[in-house]
Amino acid sequence: MADEYILETRGLTKEFRGFTAVDDVNLQVQEGHIHALIGPNGAGKTTVFNLLTKFLPPTRGEILYRGKPITGMKANEIARLGLVRSFQISAVFGHMTAMENVRVALQRPMGTSFHFWKSERTLDHLNDRAIELLEEVGLREYADVLTVEMPYGRKRALEVATTLAMDPTMMLLDEPTQGMGAEDVDRIVELIRRVARGRTVLMVEHNLSVVSRLCDRITVLARGAVLAEGDYATVSADPRVKEAYMGSEAAEEEASA
Amino acid sequence: MSATQTLTPSMKRQRRADMRRNVFYLVLIGIGLVAPFVAYPVFLMKVLCFALFACAFNLLLGYAGLLSFGHAAFLATGGYVTGYLLSSHPALTPELGILAGTLAAVALGAVFGALSIRRQGIYFAMVTLALAQLVFFVYVQSPFTGGEDGLHGVPRGDLFGVISLRSNLAMYYFVFAIFLFGFAIIQRAVHSPYGQVLKAIRENEPRAVSLGYNVDAYKWVAFVLSAGLAGLAGSTKTVVFQLASLTDAHWHMSGEVILMTLLGGVGTLFGPVVGAGIVVSLQHLLAQSPLGNWVGPILGVIFVICVLSFRSGIVGEILKSYRKNFK
Repeated sequence: MADEYILETRGLTKEFRGFTAVDDVNLQVQEGHIHALIGPNGAGKTTVFNLLTKFLPPTRGEILYRGKPITGMKANEIARLGLVRSFQISAVFGHMTAMENVRVALQRPMGTSFHFWKSERTLDHLNDRAIELLEEVGLREYADVLTVEMPYGRKRALEVATTLAMDPTMMLLDEPTQGMGAEDVDRIVELIRRVARGRTVLMVEHNLSVVSRLCDRITVLARGAVLAEGDYATVSADPRVKEAYMGSEAAEEEASA
Repeated sequence: MSATQTLTPSMKRQRRADMRRNVFYLVLIGIGLVAPFVAYPVFLMKVLCFALFACAFNLLLGYAGLLSFGHAAFLATGGYVTGYLLSSHPALTPELGILAGTLAAVALGAVFGALSIRRQGIYFAMVTLALAQLVFFVYVQSPFTGGEDGLHGVPRGDLFGVISLRSNLAMYYFVFAIFLFGFAIIQRAVHSPYGQVLKAIRENEPRAVSLGYNVDAYKWVAFVLSAGLAGLAGSTKTVVFQLASLTDAHWHMSGEVILMTLLGGVGTLFGPVVGAGIVVSLQHLLAQSPLGNWVGPILGVIFVICVLSFRSGIVGEILKSYRKNFK
């Protein structure tokens, strides 16, 4: 039944000038799960991600959120429904402090964001909440630092804090550990585990050790279509999955591990 | 406001900087008040009108990251509407004429903004240029603008029906008040809840979208504000010089305001004022010298030097070195 899934796609397809990047994908994400979307390079993970978050319009197919179609909605509208995404490259507001980054997410529900005649000091009552959120991701001491001056791993943590400020019911994370050193990866894995309590997470992730440690369910994409689905043990034992990874990424994974 | 709100050290620093800035503003207002006794008021009024125009343009380029190549349309619309109304309705007071011109520019800005705001970068610039050219040709043909001749002898009238603006000194203080009003709107908009969102959009637009903001709507507001203030500058200028002409509608004017803004420092509140002051002064000085015919090339060379060697503009570079040496 539709209701048991928080997010569902039916026959989701995206074609770019005759090239089918995403081919008839039926994806079901259960509420409360950490769900991973994996697959070799070019499998269409990021395209699926952009379709789900409305950064790309689908060619065909439907997207349902809590059983209701959201296919025609705009990116900023689904964010207000509580479906909040992150980006592959850390998406922060560089020339604002960490606290201001979080505060921008907090200020929207106040309804004064178009008030160009008010002082920005009217936002100061959000500072305490913003600092609480920074504390939650271990960035209390960075509150006052301009984001461009923060290390990469900390920027990703800041992004999580900003996303949390939206109080999302579902977080969509695009390769949250990409480009990170081992220490930062562990920190982010812990962080995701912590913030995922009471929420649903769908993440695109390359790092299979992260996936095995975090995720309840895994969907494997290859050439734009769903190849396999299940928990980590099921998926990793699937010979088709091994074959899809062989030659394209198995070597890379081996090398980087 | 509760007393328990947290202020981070940088915010406390910011408060102190705000205080210093307010002192700086007071000094400048003082200078503005005595200036007409030192310099020629008509020249000062010209500087103030163009400074307001450049500030309006800078709100869009410097704070919303949108390069409009059609801002002459708003300057001219304000000027023509005000000029036409004041000429044809002698009972109309100048402040109402200026208000009407400004509102006309706001309306035009609302339409042009809606048509252009979804385009990015060079496409946005081209759409605004095309629309401004359309406006130019309409003004060439329309009877109410006086076509090639323009509108002459626009009466300055009596402010609020009481204070005669025939004296340049009275006119100057009126223009100075309008400039301060426009500048205050921009200063507040930049430092408002709206300004925070605008900054976030400029820093990372997709992220602002993913936080639920309808970024096109925010950019549109910036466009309309900018158009309205450009119209206010044009309306005021018409009252000062008692004429409105096609020069204001020509795309040269759209280019000139870009030059003023970049020269002074884009994205700084004061840059456009300095830039406008320099450009207007140069035009004024060169026009009286044997180099009169060389105004264009000389400004061009200055522009090239500015873009090649001090990209943040005069005020931008001063702020940079100030931050480097005093913080």
